[in-house]
Amino acid sequence: MKGKALGSFRNEIAAALPALRRYARALTRNAELADDLVQDTLLRALRSEHLFHGGDMRSWLYTILTNLNRNRLRALARRPPLQAIEEHDAPEHPQSGGRDIERALAALVEEQRATLLLVVLEGLSYRETAEVQGIPIGTVMSRLARARTQIKAYLDGGRPALRRIK
Amino acid sequence: MSERETPVTQDELHAYVDGELAPDRVTAVEAWLAAHPEDAALVRGWQAQAEAIRARYGPLASQPVPARLELDRLARGTRSWRAIAAAAVFGAFVAGGVAGWMAHGASAAAPSRFDVFTQQALEAHKIYVVEVRHPVEVAGDERTHLVQWLSKRLDHQLRVPDLDASGLKLVGGRLLPGPFGPAAFCMYEGASGERFTIYYARTDAPPTALRYREGERFAGFYWVEQGLAYVVSGPGDRDRLRAIAQAAYDQIDKK
Repeated sequence: MKGKALGSFRNEIAAALPALRRYARALTRNAELADDLVQDTLLRALRSEHLFHGGDMRSWLYTILTNLNRNRLRALARRPPLQAIEEHDAPEHPQSGGRDIERALAALVEEQRATLLLVVLEGLSYRETAEVQGIPIGTVMSRLARARTQIKAYLDGGRPALRRIK
Repeated sequence: MSERETPVTQDELHAYVDGELAPDRVTAVEAWLAAHPEDAALVRGWQAQAEAIRARYGPLASQPVPARLELDRLARGTRSWRAIAAAAVFGAFVAGGVAGWMAHGASAAAPSRFDVFTQQALEAHKIYVVEVRHPVEVAGDERTHLVQWLSKRLDHQLRVPDLDASGLKLVGGRLLPGPFGPAAFCMYEGASGERFTIYYARTDAPPTALRYREGERFAGFYWVEQGLAYVVSGPGDRDRLRAIAQAAYDQIDKK
């Protein structure tokens, strides 16, 4: 029955939605931008139901979001004047002690941050992360290593908060 | 022992932290860490990073999902854009749409300004771009008057960009009822008749960067600058629309 299949497709998306928002929020560090990205991802997913042949819904949604975000970053790279105001975001829990890790993550290259977050925050396996990002597992490993080294240097050295894009 | 013969690699240390290590290597890695305090410190540091990330961002997954991300609503939206655009009931829609949207806004879980303004702007866009004889109230050749009038009604100095360089001529503008008071609306037309519009409304929201909203046939870029929300709407060609929104943004931002 088609209606039932549709319902379960949507239910699967709905089940993955909270984690998808969390990932987008950590990746972009901007609540509204993150929800824009999630909204675009959901619209794309709803329209592409015929392309979803079972498999892991979460990985599929992360893959769509990753591609949309890549397009967004490319567009941003072509439009330098827009970046300055998109970078900042008021932290939701300024007193929670998460500021250092937030800044350290912000200093990473987007791809490395994405890899680290998919593994550490979202609990994806190396293989799933490789598929979501469209890269070999070896690249997952090298991104993880660089991300962790850089975060450590950041936290140890107390370097001034460098903005990645300026 | 075997760990002497096959030293533990950095990749294995990462895999250990991430629970990805092959089970038959766990003992070897743990023995290695016991014998190599520097590597053990490294691993503890990575584990602490992971915990800090989960502590900072983990709770976000239990936040309520905002109305604009409700799936039934989004699924309905992707269909109704087309239905509304195709329907020839625009008159009724103008009158009913605004009040209807406001009532809707009051009952649904407080939509964001982004939602409200882009919804309004895209609806106005859909309604007026199909108008042949009366797309605007004041024509583009009375530009000075248009700007003065709209600025006065919004009680805010408006800037109506010159988009000639993007191949667009100003058709003119009109006043619209907005969600929180009057809104201004200017229309531009390209060589092949394609139309773009800029929607202006007062807001106390803080400045934002350009943000995108996609409908079925039309899309808009939204931003807030100095107390005004702007939405540049046009056909769903995102790159062209972005270029035009960018051109408008640059001119408005300049002075």
